Amino acid sequence: MAEGRHGRTGTGGAPVTVRLPAALVALFPGAPRELALPAASVGELIDGLDARWPGMGDRLRDSRPAIRRHINVFVEGRRATLATPLAPGGEVDILTAISGG
Amino acid sequence: MTGRVLLLLGTKKGAFLLESDAGRRDWRLRGPFCETWPMNHVLADPASGAIYAGGGNEWFGPAVWKSADLGATWSHSSAGLAYAEGQDPVRSVWSLAVADDALYAGVEPAGLFRSVDGGASWSHVAGLSEHPSRAEWHPGGGGLILHHVVTQPGDPQRLWVAISAAGVFHSADGGASWEPRNRGTRNDYLPEGQRYPEVGQCVHSLVMAAGRPDRLYQQNHCGMYRSDDGGREWRSIEAGLPSTFGFPAAAHPRDPETLFLLPLNGDQKGRYVPDGKAAVWRSRDGGASWQDLRAGLPQKDAFFGVLRQALATDPLAPAGVYFGTSGGELYASADEGDSWRCITAHLPAILSVETLALDG
Repeated sequence: MAEGRHGRTGTGGAPVTVRLPAALVALFPGAPRELALPAASVGELIDGLDARWPGMGDRLRDSRPAIRRHINVFVEGRRATLATPLAPGGEVDILTAISGG
Repeated sequence: MTGRVLLLLGTKKGAFLLESDAGRRDWRLRGPFCETWPMNHVLADPASGAIYAGGGNEWFGPAVWKSADLGATWSHSSAGLAYAEGQDPVRSVWSLAVADDALYAGVEPAGLFRSVDGGASWSHVAGLSEHPSRAEWHPGGGGLILHHVVTQPGDPQRLWVAISAAGVFHSADGGASWEPRNRGTRNDYLPEGQRYPEVGQCVHSLVMAAGRPDRLYQQNHCGMYRSDDGGREWRSIEAGLPSTFGFPAAAHPRDPETLFLLPLNGDQKGRYVPDGKAAVWRSRDGGASWQDLRAGLPQKDAFFGVLRQALATDPLAPAGVYFGTSGGELYASADEGDSWRCITAHLPAILSVETLALDG
């Protein structure tokens, strides 16, 4: 079990399906747009992504810690936080928010 | 023997590279790199040839990108590039510097990070953030940014940083402790009688004279200054310049008396080149007198600015001088500023310019 960057214990849950934004995948060669990962919360899910692609956690979560201001995570279609629990077989969409200039 | 010259550009939409032979006549552009993230500062370690690009992306946060093959491939890292939990997170990397023993990154909100593994991981130089004046640091127009890190060749314990708007700070112990070095620099935005505080000045650019580490030049929001004692005392060298306002300064690669500036018309007048006419101003006597250099630069209807890190020299002889504009043009001189050409004209807003000379 990997110890998460913020002290959470990762890979605690059953697999969920997560979809990643194209702009994120472009930063991590080999990362897919969709994959299944075991995680019991959004925080654990980000830990799991970071374990597979080191640095991906920093791209999604800042040091407060919180999901970055211009990143949206939806669990079963509802906006989530790091603490949002994930049900076995659940679906998570990570999207970039409207931003920039 | 220099065979090639690279110009390293940070822009609002990615990093770009321009390359020429030593004649510096014909330039080839490559980019955009770094997934078009805003790149505030791009430079090279001349010892290794590695290129580093510091910036940040509104979606994905801050990172330092690295290319070990002159831009062909890139990686990125922000491992350790973070303040403690609960603090205002690092938004972006604003400045990079190569010291004899480390790579430094200045960030927004203002703070300093060090890497001793070529940018793979970072550690916070906490002594600066713990300075007792920290509560008095206030953001300038570009944010509360640490935009220049000056290192001393041969003595990596000595560091200077420039923060808007806090001023210049110096460490003589590798970053463990810091002291303000702003005496003699003015803050016109304070009541009369209080315009020379210990901290709070809006420094815009800080550079070291070649071969004279105690001589520093500073373009400030309020004036142009020189110090001959490592920043303990500053004196104005703005007499003869068209404006007290500007962002960048660039030192000559060998002559400590030669400095290049690009004054702008004023902070509340649009921050354009004065009168719509572009000029680089050069001093050959440490700032005692100034000469405007205009040959080849637009002399009517020019309404661009040049930001704090967007003026640079190369190490060739005669030295090349380069500046990038808010309108995405890059002007180059291969004769120390005597004549100029626009070598690329349609880039995103240029935030920084640095050079790398390669052998062979």
